[in-house]
Amino acid sequence: MAGAAGPGTGPGAAGGDGDDSLYPIAVLIDELRNEDVQLRLNSIKKLSTIALALGVERTRTELLPFLTDTIYDEDEVLLALAEQLGNFTGLVGGPDFAHCLLPPLESLATVEETVVRDKAVESLRQISQEHTSVALEAHFVPLVKRLASGDWFTSRTSACGLFSVCYPRASSAVKAEIRQHFRSLCSDDTPMVRRAAASKLGEFAKVLELDSVKSEIVPLFTNLASDEQDSVRLLAVEACVSIAQLLSQDDLEALVMPTLRQAAEDKSWRVRYMVADKFSELQKAVGPKITLNDLIPAFQNLLKDCEAEVRAAAAHKVKELCENLPTEGRETIIMNQILPFIKELVSDTNQHVKSALASVIMGLSTILGKENTIEHLLPLFLAQLKDECPEVRLNIISNLDCVNEVIGIRQLSQSLLPAIVELAEDAKWRVRLAIIEYMPLLAGQLGVEFFDEKLNSLCMAWLVDHVYAIREAATNNLMKLVQKFGTEWAQNTIVPKVLVMANDPNYLHRMTTLFCINALSEACGQEITTKQMLPIVLKMAGDQVANVRFNVAKSLQKIGPILDTDALQEEVKPVLQKLGQDEDMDVKYFAQEAISVLALA
Amino acid sequence: MAGPGGGGCPAGGHDLQWCFSQVKGAVDEDVAEADIISTVEFSYSGDLLATGDKGGRVVIFQREQENKSRPHARGEYNVYSTFQSHEPEFDYLKSLEIEEKINKIRWLPQQNAAHFLLSTNDKTIKLWKISERDKRAEGYNLKDEDGRLRDPFRITALRVPILKPMDLMVEASPRRIFANAHTYHINSISVNSDHETYLSADDLRINLWHLEITDRSFNIVDIKPVNMEELTEVITAAEFHPLQCNVFVYSSSKGTIRLCDMRSSALCDRHSKFFEEPEDPSSRSFFSEIISSISDVKFSHSGRYMMTRDYLSVKVWDLNMESRPVETHQVHEYLRSKLCSLYENDCIFDKFECCWSGSDSAIMTGSYNNFFRMFDRNTRRDVTLEASRENSKPRACLKPRKVCAGGKRRKDEMSVDSLDFNKKILHTAWHPAENVIAVAATNNLYIFQDKVN
Repeated sequence: MAGAAGPGTGPGAAGGDGDDSLYPIAVLIDELRNEDVQLRLNSIKKLSTIALALGVERTRTELLPFLTDTIYDEDEVLLALAEQLGNFTGLVGGPDFAHCLLPPLESLATVEETVVRDKAVESLRQISQEHTSVALEAHFVPLVKRLASGDWFTSRTSACGLFSVCYPRASSAVKAEIRQHFRSLCSDDTPMVRRAAASKLGEFAKVLELDSVKSEIVPLFTNLASDEQDSVRLLAVEACVSIAQLLSQDDLEALVMPTLRQAAEDKSWRVRYMVADKFSELQKAVGPKITLNDLIPAFQNLLKDCEAEVRAAAAHKVKELCENLPTEGRETIIMNQILPFIKELVSDTNQHVKSALASVIMGLSTILGKENTIEHLLPLFLAQLKDECPEVRLNIISNLDCVNEVIGIRQLSQSLLPAIVELAEDAKWRVRLAIIEYMPLLAGQLGVEFFDEKLNSLCMAWLVDHVYAIREAATNNLMKLVQKFGTEWAQNTIVPKVLVMANDPNYLHRMTTLFCINALSEACGQEITTKQMLPIVLKMAGDQVANVRFNVAKSLQKIGPILDTDALQEEVKPVLQKLGQDEDMDVKYFAQEAISVLALA
Repeated sequence: MAGPGGGGCPAGGHDLQWCFSQVKGAVDEDVAEADIISTVEFSYSGDLLATGDKGGRVVIFQREQENKSRPHARGEYNVYSTFQSHEPEFDYLKSLEIEEKINKIRWLPQQNAAHFLLSTNDKTIKLWKISERDKRAEGYNLKDEDGRLRDPFRITALRVPILKPMDLMVEASPRRIFANAHTYHINSISVNSDHETYLSADDLRINLWHLEITDRSFNIVDIKPVNMEELTEVITAAEFHPLQCNVFVYSSSKGTIRLCDMRSSALCDRHSKFFEEPEDPSSRSFFSEIISSISDVKFSHSGRYMMTRDYLSVKVWDLNMESRPVETHQVHEYLRSKLCSLYENDCIFDKFECCWSGSDSAIMTGSYNNFFRMFDRNTRRDVTLEASRENSKPRACLKPRKVCAGGKRRKDEMSVDSLDFNKKILHTAWHPAENVIAVAATNNLYIFQDKVN
């Protein structure tokens, strides 16, 4: 089949009667209709090659009409097509002909698949910039109007994204029409369209004249914000951010704030959630004065909302909110107006709320300074370190660095230790895994002495955990610790313990020794590796379990480069050769692989 | 069309006559299990009618355009597309067979030229696209129209394919598969009026999905007790309010209905309204609980009322009154004395569905012996009709049927003992705007229309 040959490999390339360059293109064109989606997709992705070969004239008159009607295809093909067409202006003859690209993109803008529609709209927005002002009004604006008044809501939703690109360049008469169309989409019958309009409201407002924003956008915003569907109302919160940035403080207070206040107390938790989720953006958009008067009280309410999802979203924003407050008077505001609510959340009934708070609360210590942290935050941290939910404890531990900078970690270490130990022995292996990952960080902050005394035994215990993922993480952890504390520490504290496991009756533990050696050898350097580790590895070559033996071969391959030639030739080579004759297939395979990698053959 | 208050009586059998229009399905006496229809649903416009069966197939009928030359063929439904929606599967982890039977079909509001529907079996919900294609590309570079390969050396010019009209082809393609979210059997799916979410309910849980997201759903109701031995009730049906996107109801095996408001919290374990009719102590029996179990719940198109079907009756509730239904219609009260034998042959567990007329002025639900019942809410008249091939002459009017409720049997009455309990009408659908109904009787689909004057 022609398709299998692929472009460029055909006989045409070898010369003949036909034009050599045509064959690969012919294949590409034929594959636009291949039954295999992958081949169609490949062809569509090389659409520019096809267009280049056809020339601008034929691309306009033949290729584009064909593509306009190819909307039956799979989503991924349509998506690729929509993307290609965005960069096609040059291939149809430049800006003067950019409008030829509108029909195929128009039909793509009506398909049901959102990703395809969005991509078509993106390409249309791109192409709109390449239209001359005349062409924009002659071709692009009519397209937007057609989509905006289409029968199906897919086309009307697509239209919403196009207003803002054609508005700035249109004449004032056309501008009025565009605004009219946008208005009617904001009160469309289908919630899909109203949602699309609501999500583009902010973007459209930005390109409008300030007067129109006040006289037209604000009423639309107010309407959408009180839509009967909460899925529409919650999008108005986003629009609020953009609109707020455009207005003066007085206008903002008069035109937008009533709606925003209403949203923060909406009957639907999803709308309140949105306010909580967008809080930092809102805070920046409305400025410090309104923040103090309006947003802080609203935020207090969100922190004690009856819906846990809302409280959790608000809790996530605590740190950002505090950071963005004006430095002057910040401390007082936080201490008096925010902290009391945070204290409540520490003992919230919902674990997601508590863990959301735990993930940001440590950040407050840098803002509040040493004294306040010790007096007010520390008790909260300590309470959270004792929380019943492991997630909360983990979030506190993972953010220890913030506190360390302000008050030093010693303040916490008494409570830290039991919390770590408990997490280290948690029944859920994912929790154990998570705490292991913070070990190097903790070790760095707590210092070698504290570590040796309290945590070292935990790290060793993980090596014999019954879950492989934990043992694996524990070996990596050892490597990181050695990088932190140095080789001497490794030699004294870790290596002996690891090597003892080589005689463990459980073969899984014996293998852990090998994995540790793999991980540690580089960090420990040649001397320790040769003198302490290598003899153990070599001894294990006689293990009765084949899995151990082939891991010996793998380990030797791994540590080989660190050893000197003498050790390699005199000690490693004979062992590998012996393993190469092993009765087990896998052992033989890995031994031979090691021999060839280490060039010992 | 007979509208509400228009003096017409869409169901009474006096002002309005139901006529036979069509019957679909094989005539054979022995029915293949796979052919048994398990759900019937009109699209929003009523132009399409979908059925699902126990063999996992979905058949879609399309209404023909009115034809002046054949006035009798007024709005007949013909097969538009047939496809296999679900296949039998085996859950190896639980060692469970998953039947391919289509439990429910729900159409999506039309969004472009194509049509979309959700179909579900016990575990997996699928979104299907039904689209038309009437053009075909022609012209290859490397081969002739008849498929013969051309000599690659002779390619001297490039050909771009041209689209030519062709015979209409209807394609059904699976667009999304919503799986792995239900531990128990899915009994309901319902599309939200926000057009972007839908719910799916099984015996113990209700999940909320986004139509575009298949790998995530939110659990909004969970009535599973910590200890399964404490289980006393299950969810039997659930539906979204037709207009208010935040409201849904679910019914239970105890005969109660809970209305939940999704605005108040993310998890709707606490209901906003609780609809329950106090039990009449005098009629209490061993079967009370079984027959009070609700098998279907449907909101009226207006959103003001909802209707529930239990074993013997259908009830209409005003959403503003939780204490008792505003209407109770007896479907087949004569079976009350037969409950013992209906329990023995398992018929008492049959799940009858119910539906509203387009104007909400009448309701329809099924019974045994291929009988179905219509209740006119304005005139309070009711009628029993039969879906049967016997009077399946085109335009033949359906005669009302009567069952003798005890005492002397009159000439035109049937005795309860002669009812055929294997012929049951569980699934019916009413055209959203016209008096056209679709009635599933085992493997046959009957379509009836009102008589045009």
